[in-house]
Amino acid sequence: MSDTVRFVVNGEPRSLEVEGRTLLVHALRDGLGLTGAHIGCDTSQCGACTVLLDGRAVKSCAVLAHQADEREITTIEGLALDGELHPLQRSFVENHGLQCGFCTPGIILTAADLLSRGGSPSDDEIRHALRGNLCRCTGYQGIVESIRAVEAAS
Amino acid sequence: MIPAPTRYARATDVAHALELLGEPDAKAIAGGQSLVPVMKLRIARPSLVVDISRLELREIAVRDDELHIGPLATWADLAGVSHPGLEAIAECARGIGDLQVRNLGTIGGSVVHADPASDMPAVLLALGARLDVRSPTGSRAIPVEEALVGPFTTSLGPQELVTDIVVPLPAPGSASAYESVEHPASGFALVGAAALATSDAETVALTGVGATPFVLAAGDVRDAIAGAEIFGDRFASEEYRRALAVVVAERALARARERRGS
Repeated sequence: MSDTVRFVVNGEPRSLEVEGRTLLVHALRDGLGLTGAHIGCDTSQCGACTVLLDGRAVKSCAVLAHQADEREITTIEGLALDGELHPLQRSFVENHGLQCGFCTPGIILTAADLLSRGGSPSDDEIRHALRGNLCRCTGYQGIVESIRAVEAAS
Repeated sequence: MIPAPTRYARATDVAHALELLGEPDAKAIAGGQSLVPVMKLRIARPSLVVDISRLELREIAVRDDELHIGPLATWADLAGVSHPGLEAIAECARGIGDLQVRNLGTIGGSVVHADPASDMPAVLLALGARLDVRSPTGSRAIPVEEALVGPFTTSLGPQELVTDIVVPLPAPGSASAYESVEHPASGFALVGAAALATSDAETVALTGVGATPFVLAAGDVRDAIAGAEIFGDRFASEEYRRALAVVVAERALARARERRGS
């Protein structure tokens, strides 16, 4: 059985036929071709599929596509504006926040949620916020520095 | 991984949700942070997923000497709860899962999922909370300890929904705390302890150590833990968990006492 879901993805209204069981990550990747939401595990632990749902970071592999109906979704593809990298994206480039890059979309979107809450997160708070995102290359130090650099610049 | 085929329906109100849940093998979904992962593993194969996430059951408010927590309140919502005596709620919520899980995961979903290592039930037990539950034929109130009957098992019927989680406000001058030691990979509590200290009594509840979270017998924590039924598994033996339980319970109690200035 499939039904139509409608959501706003990266600012554009989109609609899609999905099954009841379809996960949001599959709707985004296979239905809309937004492959920036990565699938790094099968157990909702790695965070590589993180997207923003109504501005909050969620693991799109732990959300049914139907649950996102009529909501706003931001994927990594929607973060740069008019060809200009988002400050987090630029900071990850400048501060060696990535190596292989597989976990990076999820980490940047989680960080976008964290920084949108205001305040000025400490390194411990940044690390606490990143608990749901696994990186197997960097040892996290470069990631924390990339996020801190954006926070300091803003 | 892809869940087994299922149908999806969005409930428009509680009565509609209860009607939809009349289908055998229907399952309610709120934040989905426990259900979707077990659907992916095909441990859960509901025929119908009833989405209750848009019902108006998310409010957190104090009324008549009680804190009423809508079952759809997320961990992120609960991290902002600030009321004298109820410090353990926000303290516990901030440490649950990860940021993404806290954005979607709900307290009602967690309680009825009844994972024996979930954190918040210990807090609800220590604070003496109850669940208000509705079915097509009426409503009833269940103390949390009577709701939790075994691993992933509650005393709720298939057509019952939690509509309110009610925490009595502790007497002025009380304080509470939550402390846990987590398995480093899964993040689940090896031992979690919630403590409530009032002027005339102390209550400690443990999670992660038995078939369900439970309230420790009154009196000395060491004696109570020595006499409690504690299980071991491949991550932590019974002996290790029992020793750790004493440490974690004493830390929670110490912080609750410190908060109340005793």
